[in-house]
Amino acid sequence: MATTAMPHPETAAPAAPTGLWSWVTTTDHKRIGILYGVTAFFFFLVGGLEALVIRLQLGAPGNTLVSAEAYNQLFTMHGTTMVFLALMPLSAAFFNFIIPLQIGARDVAFPRLNAFSYWVFLLGGLFMNASFFVGPLFGADTLSVAPNGGWFGYANLTSSQYSPGPNIDFWVIGLQILGIASLAAGFNFITTIINLRAPGMSLMRMPVFTWMSFVTQFLIVTAFPVITIGVVFLMFDRFFGTTFYNVAAGGDVLLWQHLFWLFGHPEVYILILPAMGIVSEVLPTFSRKPLFGYAVVVYSGVLIGVVGWGVWAHHMFSVGLGPIADSVFSASTMLIAVPTGVKIFNWIGTLWGGRLEFRPPMLFAVGFVSLFIIGGISGVMHASPPADLQQTDTYFVVAHFHYVLFGGTVSGLFAGMYYWWPKVFGRTLRDGLGKLHFWLMFVGMNLTFFPMHFSGLLGMPRRIYTYGPELGVATYNLVSTIGALLTGVAMLVFLWNVLVSRRGAAAGPNPWNAATLEWATSSPPPVYNFSVIPTVKDGLPLWREGGMEPSPLPAVPPAPIHVPGGSIWPLCTAVGIVVIGVGGLMHQSLWPSLGTALAGAALTVVSIYQWAFEPFEV
Amino acid sequence: MARAFSRRFRASPWLAGLVLATPLVLAACSGDPYPQSTLHPASGVGEAIDALYRNIFWWAVAVFVVVQTALVYTLIRFRARPGGPEARQIHGNTLVEITWTLAPAAIIIAIAVPTIRTIFDVKGDGPPDALQVEVIGHQWWWEYRYPALGIATANELHLPQGRPVVLAITSADVIHSFWAPKLHGKRDAMPGRVTHLAFTPDSVDTYLGQCAEFCGASHANMRLRVVVQAPADFEAWAARQAEVAAVDSTQALVLAGEAAFKKIRDPGAHSCIVCHTMAGVSGGVAGPNLSHVGSRSTIASGLLPNDSAGLARWLRDPLGEKPGSLMPRIDLTDDEIAALVAYLGSRK
Repeated sequence: MATTAMPHPETAAPAAPTGLWSWVTTTDHKRIGILYGVTAFFFFLVGGLEALVIRLQLGAPGNTLVSAEAYNQLFTMHGTTMVFLALMPLSAAFFNFIIPLQIGARDVAFPRLNAFSYWVFLLGGLFMNASFFVGPLFGADTLSVAPNGGWFGYANLTSSQYSPGPNIDFWVIGLQILGIASLAAGFNFITTIINLRAPGMSLMRMPVFTWMSFVTQFLIVTAFPVITIGVVFLMFDRFFGTTFYNVAAGGDVLLWQHLFWLFGHPEVYILILPAMGIVSEVLPTFSRKPLFGYAVVVYSGVLIGVVGWGVWAHHMFSVGLGPIADSVFSASTMLIAVPTGVKIFNWIGTLWGGRLEFRPPMLFAVGFVSLFIIGGISGVMHASPPADLQQTDTYFVVAHFHYVLFGGTVSGLFAGMYYWWPKVFGRTLRDGLGKLHFWLMFVGMNLTFFPMHFSGLLGMPRRIYTYGPELGVATYNLVSTIGALLTGVAMLVFLWNVLVSRRGAAAGPNPWNAATLEWATSSPPPVYNFSVIPTVKDGLPLWREGGMEPSPLPAVPPAPIHVPGGSIWPLCTAVGIVVIGVGGLMHQSLWPSLGTALAGAALTVVSIYQWAFEPFEV
Repeated sequence: MARAFSRRFRASPWLAGLVLATPLVLAACSGDPYPQSTLHPASGVGEAIDALYRNIFWWAVAVFVVVQTALVYTLIRFRARPGGPEARQIHGNTLVEITWTLAPAAIIIAIAVPTIRTIFDVKGDGPPDALQVEVIGHQWWWEYRYPALGIATANELHLPQGRPVVLAITSADVIHSFWAPKLHGKRDAMPGRVTHLAFTPDSVDTYLGQCAEFCGASHANMRLRVVVQAPADFEAWAARQAEVAAVDSTQALVLAGEAAFKKIRDPGAHSCIVCHTMAGVSGGVAGPNLSHVGSRSTIASGLLPNDSAGLARWLRDPLGEKPGSLMPRIDLTDDEIAALVAYLGSRK
């Protein structure tokens, strides 16, 4: 809609509006990307602080820094925050900022829906975290009503019988709110990538980051409905006395596990595929050569996404589904190692014969490959059901998925931050501090998570707030805690780098001499992204003679450009949805609850109506 | 030269990590310091799982060494140097790519075959003459029933050495997971479902374990012991458990304890007999069967030693010892606690 050049009398090159209101009403994908990034990084720090408290508690056997009840809230919120409020939306920050630029579009397909996604995410995240502070409203203490059933929220522990307080209500409602944001964004990016690619950008000329993000969006729009169904069942059980998970009334606790992991495993690929995409951009740029086996990397990403749907019961081997089911899910899980291994070899193939420059983005990308190998190997180890009977629910698994999600996803996301920082802000982050950040994080994360392989194999279960000295795992836990503190220092170095790099030299349009379209426009890009939409002739348009036309892009748009105007209604709609959620929290008292929910619904409906009939102007 | 060496050294922290880890792995195999280790099995099934794990472990080490070495070598060899060669503009190589697709596939098959064989070894059915034990998870303790022997106990599972045993596992409330690593992997205890573990304990020993599925506030405190005894010792233990232990009426403190145990308190749920079974006295089922509590080595599902001090601590403040405990804090006088300690300790 707003993405084609249209006659516009006022100005040929609209300037970005300024001021707080312009940010609240923004529909510019770049600003929404920045908002996503800042918010998600804030939640990343919150989740990281929760992890530090967890590590301090476990630093010594029998430690009493936090109570059992507080610990259970901390690990639940650490997992929930990192998955839903930090890593997914950090990826979304890159989807927003980078995808339209990589495919040569002026914005996403539905700019206001994009703003709506962000505001729902922000308010949903605040809603979930408000649970730490609002205990007194429920006649309880502060720090006592945050979700405490684990990020996996197993029925029937999460039923009102065994978790009567508002803790699980925050989780159940918060997840539904956050799901709305993810679904809206997923459909938006699928539409954007299918419809708004620049002329000549065939699917197999698309940058790998956009490709992996494309696969991710399909996983999001198919996986989130599954968790939503599971969570709605749970909400109905808790609020209205239905019996989906109530064994005494004929329900089944395993139903939840199937629904949760049917979502939960694709979710793992939702978290890792964008990072794989980032790495597939960074390695070629700093090797000065194209990605080795582009088509195979793309196809293996698609294959991971597809097969990722057929492996969920490997989270349930200890349930005892029977030898046939265990064998099938074991085989499908091991199968994923093949496309994953192929990707790793292709990345090494990309490095081979290159001219490798170890700037910070490259360090993090190489760190991703190295650490992800370890997480991948331990993943195959517990794809074997008999071995998994010993490993599941122990620190061995904690080690495994932190190598994937911290060593993998977080390293990949930092690679993306250092790589695209000059594009987003026009200034490059400092190399020296970036290298210090990388090495502190690399050493810190290995110190934290490698010993967990041992503490797990030696019999330390997950999700325990205390353990006895007799297990013999005290030293491993102490080392893990020291590593976590070191990782925390690494994050401070990053924040310091962000602060001091504000006054760096201007980066220019293409500071890394990279190949893809986002580097063809200025840094930061103008509000309309490209002065003219280029025609793409090659998968590496900036590295090939005649890879795009015109080249370079004219500094001033030759024709007027229409960009989408701001709108307050996405925010108002999001507020309405969260008010409905607040009504749900009050379900113990019928009329206040119903009244609040109806007020929220009214705000939502009015806002959507205003949104639909809003005049479409700059 | 020195610079190249320092680069190499810096680039291979993995090698250093592996070297450091080796003694740890060896230490882990020595047994005693790690009573809950998965790496020191004491049953046939445990050994089958361990053998499979070790098989996969060495494949993992091989893949780790080969791939990380390839990565580090590539990083060193092709690092940008002044005057070094330009990058070679290669897009791919079909033969190489087919090879490195088939290589992981071959390794996966090598792992999958013994995996699937072992899956059928551990599926949980024992011979018809196996000892049947019902394991019931509760927030936050374990109940064990021996239907053929007509006895029930809690938290400390007694088994005879060398006889196959089948555990039929379920839950009275939320999902738990029964796990005694040296004897077998874990199996979930779910309300409304019965799952099974089958194994034959090899040697006389006491094995530690604990609940492995998050089950609420005191998940960390839901520990267990498996006491494997020589067959004759087990028979003697089972025979004692089947008897109603007589109260030693010559000891005033024990008699006072029995009276305190039987006392109806206000609220009613604060009376011992409402929740606990004591053979010949009461039949409560909410808490552990206490008929022979004096014969156990620990109380509070393995949290406290079963001695006068431990019992007194538990009676004084169950919630302080085990957060969320369903046993409430009961207003007991010091005299009552001393009497109850004597009485419970006498129930051997």
